Amino acid sequence: MNLTLHVWRQKGPQAKGKLETYQAKNVSPDQSFLEMLDEVNDDLIKSGKDPIAFDHDCREGICGMCSQVINGRPHGHEERTTVCQLHMRQFNDGDEIFVEPWRAKAFPIQKDLIVDRSSLDAIMQSGGYTSCHTGGVPDGNTFPIPKPVADYAMDAAECIGCGACIAACPNSSAMLYTSAKVAQLAALPQGKPEARKRVKAMTEALLAEGFGNCTNHYECEAACPKGISVKFIAKLNREYLKSMMPSSLGE
Amino acid sequence: MILDGKAPTGPIETSWDRHRFDMKLVNPANKRKYKILVVGTGLAGGAAAASLGELGYNVEAFCYQDSPRRAHSIAAQGGINAAKNYPSDGDSVYRLFYDTVKGGDFRAREADVWRLAQVSNNIIDQCVAQGVPFARDYAGYLDNRSFGGAQVSRTFYARGQTGQQLLLGAYSALSRQIKNKTVKMFARREMLDLVVVDGVAKGIACRNLITGEIESYWGDAVILATGGFVNVFYLSTNAMGCSATAIWRASKKGAYMANPCYTQIHPTCIPQHGDKQSKLTLMSESLRNDGRVWVPKKAEDCDKHPNDIPAEDRDYYLERKYPSFGNLAPRDIASRAAKEQCDDGRGVGDTKRGVYLDFKTSIERVGQPMIAQRYGNLFEMYEKITDENGYERPMRIYPAPHYSMGGLWVDYHCMSNIPGLFVLGEANFSVHGANRLGASALMQGLADGYFVIPYTIAQYMASVKPGEITDEHPEFKKSVEDVKGEINKLLSIKGKKTVGELHRELGSVMWEDVGMARSEASLKHALQRIPEIREEFWKNVNVTGESGELNQQLENAWRLADFLEFAEIMTTDALHREESCGGHFRTEHQTDDGEAMRDDENFCYVGAWEFKGAGVKPELHKEPLKFENVKLAVRSYK
Ligand SMILES: Cc1cc2nc3c(=O)[nH]c(=O)nc-3n(C[C@H](O)[C@H](O)[C@H](O)COP(=O)(O)OP(=O)(O)OC[C@H]3O[C@@H](n4cnc5c(N)ncnc54)[C@H](O)[C@@H]3O)c2cc1C
Ligand code: FES
Repeated sequence: MNLTLHVWRQKGPQAKGKLETYQAKNVSPDQSFLEMLDEVNDDLIKSGKDPIAFDHDCREGICGMCSQVINGRPHGHEERTTVCQLHMRQFNDGDEIFVEPWRAKAFPIQKDLIVDRSSLDAIMQSGGYTSCHTGGVPDGNTFPIPKPVADYAMDAAECIGCGACIAACPNSSAMLYTSAKVAQLAALPQGKPEARKRVKAMTEALLAEGFGNCTNHYECEAACPKGISVKFIAKLNREYLKSMMPSSLGE
Repeated sequence: MILDGKAPTGPIETSWDRHRFDMKLVNPANKRKYKILVVGTGLAGGAAAASLGELGYNVEAFCYQDSPRRAHSIAAQGGINAAKNYPSDGDSVYRLFYDTVKGGDFRAREADVWRLAQVSNNIIDQCVAQGVPFARDYAGYLDNRSFGGAQVSRTFYARGQTGQQLLLGAYSALSRQIKNKTVKMFARREMLDLVVVDGVAKGIACRNLITGEIESYWGDAVILATGGFVNVFYLSTNAMGCSATAIWRASKKGAYMANPCYTQIHPTCIPQHGDKQSKLTLMSESLRNDGRVWVPKKAEDCDKHPNDIPAEDRDYYLERKYPSFGNLAPRDIASRAAKEQCDDGRGVGDTKRGVYLDFKTSIERVGQPMIAQRYGNLFEMYEKITDENGYERPMRIYPAPHYSMGGLWVDYHCMSNIPGLFVLGEANFSVHGANRLGASALMQGLADGYFVIPYTIAQYMASVKPGEITDEHPEFKKSVEDVKGEINKLLSIKGKKTVGELHRELGSVMWEDVGMARSEASLKHALQRIPEIREEFWKNVNVTGESGELNQQLENAWRLADFLEFAEIMTTDALHREESCGGHFRTEHQTDDGEAMRDDENFCYVGAWEFKGAGVKPELHKEPLKFENVKLAVRSYK
């Protein structure tokens, strides 16, 4: 099939960007979207032009590196799919496709489709962990964890940290991303001792990094390639309220 | 030269404990004065950086992705081994040790493997404490599955995303140290040189991948944990950015490359579908717990719909050839068996390079929902890529390059022959011998990072004066200039071929000639082709853009330039090793029924190569291997 692409090109963080039009010819339906872009890039290189810069690494939907807004939707229209796992059989001959970077205040563009997502790391650094030391921890079976609880924690932990939820949110809120970690750790016995501190620290970090507030649009869940549920946002809110109440120790 | 692995002697059961007691310590107040560079923050490097930072050392850590959470450890699906023996099915530290030595076809250092098996249990505890949501049974206890090469269930898992969860655990520990300012993280940096001063590792030069600036960093020790090199085959299960660059550049500065010919071809990957493909996708080995591997008995059935081929016309060749391990035969054996069936004209799919992995029997036994619960995400991934439903029709799989057992040579302390240079995880050669068993790489990465390097590095640190050499030293400036020179050279060629085209050419030579089956003729052919492609690269590659900017073509170009040198040493190693062992199969050395034939008399050693210049024959150093606990024996899975 043949396609027309309109791709966001921007030399650097300060440069002005614009959409450029390219033709993708003889695209095979078995190719992934990124493999299609590889070919467009090969053509650009051959004609002495600068190829399109885009983030990618694992190409199997797990590293969270790939990040493109395709026809207005982060990772494209196929549900629960990253760009690298989006296959060209999802498109039709003659389609026009718009390809843009994540757009959010907390994600400055570095080049073309590549953005700076270090703000996501900063949220984790504010408290997305248990403060256990290396060594000196109890046997893994010391605290039985009921299967439903382990499954709930795993559902939350599946987040790949790509940032699609933020790119999809009208407020550029990082609530889904943050809540997934808060919920995972709050559900587990190992995460409980620091739950109060964690939820406060992480929500503060989220605002400090320039992400917006959550006003319940739920675009995040629809865009999430791993289908992380907005129920974790409700859990974060509950955890936050709990942390505001005086504890039994009277803190 | 004969290399000394410096492994402790005496009873193996107490070797690590005794050795730990014998090693020097650095007192807490002094640790602060030392700086350690950790290149690579996957499982091995992330765990090391976090643990060393927590101990009080000043750590600077580097990775090429935009965040440590994206290292390729993230892609590991199946699980991680430990000798917990929770199911009481006969496992023990000794058995894990035994299985790993045997699985590696007797080409690993016993003491290192023992230590790995011993600390395996600590890893599970550590990860649980971090909040890793391992699978649990209904009583709330940790659940296990089986992996190839083992007759016990010792593999811990988190759905089909075990590597992701373990890496996020290490990343969380690392994040905590970054917050505490014991670790400084430098993401989007690629190490392009090792700085060696008077024979001792003292720093690195990197390119800042965003600005293009060449930077140098000093440290009292340098740790490389930069992952595997099987992208030398072009198509592999590795991420696009995985490369030999860090270890190869260290090798050019004098570090020995050990057993580079030991590469693992994983039996269960989605077959290649055309020439535009950029990578191959693994289907976790855990699928072989419930999937049965077969091909049609008759070549003329290969184009039929698999569900129309009756049971009596199917050849469940793994069950037939290896009755006691069946579908869970180790990887090297399962891969070769698949290749044999396809070479015999009984492969399936468009390209006829494929075999079936069939879940019908298991679905009948436990029901589709149970299978979906175990492997749902893998079935989904399979369908996205192939447009076929694995529940309704057997999956098609084929072997693909996956893991590098070989890597930089290290002694028992994980230190290379260059003092001050340590190597962890997939980047070193250590514990897997000539074949790695499933679920053992995650174990090794975390063992090295959490439980080995924090002890062994102290022994070295106690012998150096902190901050004696910093980036004021002229070697740092020289290193930066050298890297700049090479980058300018790459950018000035402006030839006609893209980096991708040349990488494909190299990959096809490596796959055909240095892949699953190697012969003297094929290896010699590769040794002729590799320098030709290298020469063409330096004359005719087209790298667009400039040096002072984000330039992904340039990144791909230097990675390929390194592969083009590394490939030669890998092939040289394969040619010199006149035996078959594990993943290294020389067609000249096989039994009548096609099994690998080792030559313990002549090749029971680690082959460590010293770089002598591109295109110049490297020099071989040997570390003899002794087997005092597991008796050298023909490795049989029948
Ligand atoms: C698809 C797949 C599935 C797997 N499944 C399993 C499994 O189920 N069980 C199992 O035990 N093993 C599995 N493995 C193997 C295992 O995942 C890896 O061997 C292991 O995770 C490697 O960890 P590492 O820390 O050594 O390297 P990696 O995780 O690859 O990390 C390498 C790090 O080095 C950095 N780096 C590399 N080069 C440079 C450079 N030049 N400069 C700066 N930084 C650099 C990278 O940025 C990264 O941070 C699997 C592997 C693959 C590919
Ligand atoms: S490239 Fe890793 S998730 Fe897409």
